[in-house]
Amino acid sequence: MSKKQLEGIEKFNRVHPLTNALFTVLFTILALTCIVPVIFVVIISFSSADSIQQIGYSFWPQEWSLEAYSYLWNVREMIGKALLVSIVVTVSGCVLGLFLTATMGYCLSRPNFKLRGFLTWVVFIPMIFSGGLVATYNVYTTVLHINDTLWVLILPMAVSSFNVTICRTFFRTTIPDSIIESAKIDGAPQLQIFFQIVLPISLPVLATIGLFLTFGYWNDWWLSLMYINDRDLFSLQAVLMSVEKNIEYLASHASSIGVSAAEYAASMPKESMRMAMAVVIIFPIACAYPFFQKYFVSGLTIGAVKG
Amino acid sequence: MAAKTKKRKFSWTRDDTELTLLCLPTTVWYALFCFLPMFGIIIAFKHYTVTAPDRSFFYNLLVSPNAGFDNFTFIFQNGGMWDVVKLTLFYNIIFQILGILVPVTLALLMSQLYSKRYGKICQTCMFFPHFMSWVVVTYFVYAFLSTDNGLVNSILENLGQETKNWYVEKSFWPVFLIFLNTWKGMGYGMVVYLASITGIDATMYEAALIDGATKWQQTRYITLPHLKSIVIMMFILNIGGLVRSDFGLFYQVPRASGSLTPVTNTIDVYIYNALKTQFSPDMASAASFLQSIIGCCLILLSNWIISKIDADSAII
Repeated sequence: MSKKQLEGIEKFNRVHPLTNALFTVLFTILALTCIVPVIFVVIISFSSADSIQQIGYSFWPQEWSLEAYSYLWNVREMIGKALLVSIVVTVSGCVLGLFLTATMGYCLSRPNFKLRGFLTWVVFIPMIFSGGLVATYNVYTTVLHINDTLWVLILPMAVSSFNVTICRTFFRTTIPDSIIESAKIDGAPQLQIFFQIVLPISLPVLATIGLFLTFGYWNDWWLSLMYINDRDLFSLQAVLMSVEKNIEYLASHASSIGVSAAEYAASMPKESMRMAMAVVIIFPIACAYPFFQKYFVSGLTIGAVKG
Repeated sequence: MAAKTKKRKFSWTRDDTELTLLCLPTTVWYALFCFLPMFGIIIAFKHYTVTAPDRSFFYNLLVSPNAGFDNFTFIFQNGGMWDVVKLTLFYNIIFQILGILVPVTLALLMSQLYSKRYGKICQTCMFFPHFMSWVVVTYFVYAFLSTDNGLVNSILENLGQETKNWYVEKSFWPVFLIFLNTWKGMGYGMVVYLASITGIDATMYEAALIDGATKWQQTRYITLPHLKSIVIMMFILNIGGLVRSDFGLFYQVPRASGSLTPVTNTIDVYIYNALKTQFSPDMASAASFLQSIIGCCLILLSNWIISKIDADSAII
């Protein structure tokens, strides 16, 4: 059947135009509920302190101002450090996680591998059972001694059984056995096959998992809350979390500009600064997200394949 | 060579050695970060005391006095565990139902939109909250509900109504929390279901149309049966979460407000508070043990039931 004919049938099989209009309105409203809060926070961050004092948070402030950002610029050393922690954790976590996930996924996808049954259980059991928070907390802090180091922000999130399963399913369904067999006949060791043949043709699944990991690391605040007390190791999310309770926290880092922390705290536009801090976190995601959305969709579909 | 491998199928080959090396790092990771804590779960049956601070957790754990079921009796009799369990189940059952109903409905509606392009745009917007952490969402909520400056209070004021101190009004929060959870998850769910709806063979609808099936009949007899297996899979994956609660949603978003405790004290908040603010590992570990065990049983049970009804849909 030609494409044109199919379109004709689709046209005939459509819902009533009025229903369509109704659905369009519904989805417009839903889409707005998802976007408006972001815009609102951005607007608040650009409102002047007087305006917030006068009319509260508003979509149309009496006076626009950049003071929140200029005050944030004064504590750039601290924000920069947090940004660095976030970036280092996200990048290294993503690379490490991809490596660990892909190797395990590959080994599980080899039908003749002797340890496959055993390793399948190793991956599967954590999906349904865990040691619980207390045991995990004690193991991390007193056995592995990784609390208050960057490792605690990176390692626990590196592998997830869900990602391993996605990877395994992808390798099993997409990579033809004949390629691997022929490489083996040519005498290539598995390591070489994995790095030179399997990885290059698996870029779509690696991109998807890499994005899952990237967003996971960037958005993580739980590990900071549990295991990080050293303020030098606060990520942006951890800073945002402390700012929520106590905006003066930012002032304690402004001593280098000639006024005391107390004076500085008194002069800060606290409300808009809080929101400006949130914008600092949202901005990179909002910029990157539209471009990567399609990989998420494909990843979700791969993951949905039962394996 | 192929024949040789086939003959010695059950013996260890060079291939196996290489693959073992390849997956060794991940296996070590699993051992350290998943399986090691699992042994620590016996802490629930101990009165955990640190007798030798320089020795590891497991040493201290083994020398701690046995408690039998003391920790469990304590949390149920004095620790208010029943309320916590009831609250967690209350939220999770609603989340579970809405978490399937809302995205499936939205996906069905979206697949009917005339303009696929507009649908894509809405989809992109609706997926966005999924990528925000709860800490960021806390700021969104605060922008609307803040007592002094929040938008809701200024609207109430302009309408001549009395303003409210939202972060102490506990009667509203169940609705807020349910709304936020649905709001954050709907885009993700919708995309999953939409992907499987678009995967359905278009000729089926054509055949149905020729037989005179209405839109509703097409949905009822073609689309929904196709979605069944993925809905069941999502259901099984989520059912273990009945005894889990999203810590960010229940702790961060209400800004850990004390007066909201009766409606936010779900199991993960309870464990966190027992561990980090009351420094009572006994209470925390008993609650956390129950959470792990019940979660595991729920998954296995639901999977077993489903495998009895429809063997193809079970995931294990």
